[in-house]
Amino acid sequence: MTTRIVELRRGILKKNDELAAGLRASYAEAGVLVLNLVSSPGTGKTAFLERTLRELKARGSRVAALVGDLETDNDARRLASSGAPVRQINTHGICHLDAEMIGKHLDGWEGVALGGLDFLFIENVGNLVCPSSYDLGEGIRVALLSVTEGEDKPLKYPTLFNSADAAVITKMDIAEPCGFDRDEALKNINEIRPGIRIFETSAKTGAGMEEWLGYLAEQRAGRS
Amino acid sequence: MHELSIVTSIVESVTETLEGYPGARVKEVRLRVGALASVERESLEFCYGIAAEGTPLEGSRLVVQVLPVVLHCEPCGLDAELDSLQSFRCPRCGKPSHDLRQGRELEIDSLEIEEMDEVEETR
Repeated sequence: MTTRIVELRRGILKKNDELAAGLRASYAEAGVLVLNLVSSPGTGKTAFLERTLRELKARGSRVAALVGDLETDNDARRLASSGAPVRQINTHGICHLDAEMIGKHLDGWEGVALGGLDFLFIENVGNLVCPSSYDLGEGIRVALLSVTEGEDKPLKYPTLFNSADAAVITKMDIAEPCGFDRDEALKNINEIRPGIRIFETSAKTGAGMEEWLGYLAEQRAGRS
Repeated sequence: MHELSIVTSIVESVTETLEGYPGARVKEVRLRVGALASVERESLEFCYGIAAEGTPLEGSRLVVQVLPVVLHCEPCGLDAELDSLQSFRCPRCGKPSHDLRQGRELEIDSLEIEEMDEVEETR
């Protein structure tokens, strides 16, 4: 018997990374800005996204959303009330979305072509750990955090917050009764992801939405 | 907890590589995993045994090398290792940085395999 060392140096998620690179190229070709929204369950991703879709549509933007959950199409139905095309992805137990699922759900999406969109939002499965490993080809990864979750969430989940391009604090309308320490939260986000853009929002009152929509427009203009 | 999907990918990838080494037995699979890769060493090792069962990897050992985050500090012109994930600042000057040079790796580094000697094969 001979023992031999075989050098591989191969990415474990190579297949996902290759599919994501293909998606990224098709998004660029179509001129659509794709955002991947990641947070814990209960942060308010769906409410935030519903308001974002509604306001973008009202401004004449062409928008659509893919939404990931383990089971049910409740979120897709909620988001569809914005009038935007929405497609549900059920992962059946898998804790994150991957590039293959995105590709499959973009293919054969009736009435939706990437080339006809300005923005595509992907609402990931509620989870602050696993989605950070899976590139979906997105242009912007958004980490969301609600005022009810504690200011130290970024410190507890540094791998996700560090990989984000923008951070959104949700439910600002109840910040005061929750005893939310705004300065501490902003400091912690910046400690984990220096220089990140942070938006303090409320899907209920609309606070902070103007700034967020301005950012989206600016990012899209900067990439096309 | 996506370690089971990660080890399943490892098993697939190694099995594919083994096609080039007929009759070989895997002794060890060595990984390089960055501190920011969102996977946990113990969970990987635990899931590995399950995923390897009934494959050519059964009975092999998974060795995980964890790589610390390396941050580049522009003013210092320095690549510095971080010993925690609680603050992304240059350990020398304290300036925050998002210029990561290491820490997101999730890769199979190498395999240790045992091949039959030609003499034994012809017997």
